[in-house]
Amino acid sequence: MLLIVPSRIVARGIEGVFNDLGEFFVEGILTDLSRTSEVRLRNMDADLIVVDPVIFDCASRASGRSRISEYSDAAVVALQTIQMEEDVWRQYDDTINIYDDPPVIIRKLRAVLSGRKDSPKAESQELSAREKEILVCVAKGMLNKEIADLYNISIYTVISHRKNITRKTGIKTVAGLTVYALLNNLIDASSIE
Amino acid sequence: MEVGTMENEAMVKKRNMKDRTVLSPTMKMADLVNLNYRLLGVLSRLGVNLGFGEITVEEACRKHSLDVGSFLLVCNVYTYDDYIPSGALLSTGKPADIVKYLHSSHAFYLDHELPELQEALERLVVQCDMKQKLIIDRFFSEYKKEVENHFAYEETVVFPYIESFASTCGARGYSIEQFEENHSNIDEKLCDLKNIVMKYLPETCDTVLRNDVLYHICYLEEDLDKHTLIENNVLIPMMTRLEENEKRK
Repeated sequence: MLLIVPSRIVARGIEGVFNDLGEFFVEGILTDLSRTSEVRLRNMDADLIVVDPVIFDCASRASGRSRISEYSDAAVVALQTIQMEEDVWRQYDDTINIYDDPPVIIRKLRAVLSGRKDSPKAESQELSAREKEILVCVAKGMLNKEIADLYNISIYTVISHRKNITRKTGIKTVAGLTVYALLNNLIDASSIE
Repeated sequence: MEVGTMENEAMVKKRNMKDRTVLSPTMKMADLVNLNYRLLGVLSRLGVNLGFGEITVEEACRKHSLDVGSFLLVCNVYTYDDYIPSGALLSTGKPADIVKYLHSSHAFYLDHELPELQEALERLVVQCDMKQKLIIDRFFSEYKKEVENHFAYEETVVFPYIESFASTCGARGYSIEQFEENHSNIDEKLCDLKNIVMKYLPETCDTVLRNDVLYHICYLEEDLDKHTLIENNVLIPMMTRLEENEKRK
């Protein structure tokens, strides 16, 4: 497993606890998602990532999970060190708290890993509701800035949604996405142009 | 572990290079086509007819007044995915021959391949409802327009520049660098079309007709990819060399 935790003390603590228990092995520790960390994340090939969402700034926190999945297919569990909105936690495969008992944490991680083996990336291949909303905007010819303003999210989040839409559908151009939206009845032909 | 894989890849690549048949002027034309049947398209675009019996590459080129070096450059790019021509080959090859090839390959796409794809696509969407048919038709004509514009720029600006450069030894007002910078990608819409036809047209579409469209798209995709490689890895470096020589004079 891989830790993405800004506090070295917390990271070392988790590493120590897991080493004592033996089942999970901490392969690496990142303190942020800078460019060099992204490269390590891509190359590490961990089964499981534990991330403290504090590493994302407020605006991009809601899309933290999808940002990690751009670099890694691993299961991602959030580490709760401070209180955050419910939406932030919901995107992860599960949540563990720094005050959880180690056996509880182990049980959760085991469940997450076995759950993924049963349905490898099953749900992640279909477009999410939010991705469909963004896709409709793109098909209607809206700019990233306009989409960001409409949904009150950062441009960065819009771009990350668009990347995921292209990754899932294989369609890169706006014209192609428009065809997708029309064929799937997401928009009406009269709403474009 | 990662370093190990990279070394491995390099070794495999080296071994592949060693095992490769070297395309040479003395090999038989028939062996060339047996090695890579995709060269059939190259031959017809260069006006080299089949029925060539036992003649060699060299003889065929002489018969059709082609420069054998340029001919082999094109064949190599078509045959080996990672082929990068050596400096020596680039300086002996003739840009005019490369342009001749690129020009007739444009004509082939516009007069032959694109209309065939369009017809196959029309046959496929006949069964779809009117709305779906219109959407696909419109997307395809947008794609076609994009390809036509892309080719038109090369035909009216780039190729005349190269021809006049060869005849007057140097031409002003343009440089191949401008072409290099403005050389746009036209592969995205085609790839989108492939995914749309494969994944998103209704299940009721006829499989044989759908496959027919997909084969056309994949062939065109591969061929355009080689076409771009010839422009980027052969024509542009060839012209850059000539321009530099001209400056030194």
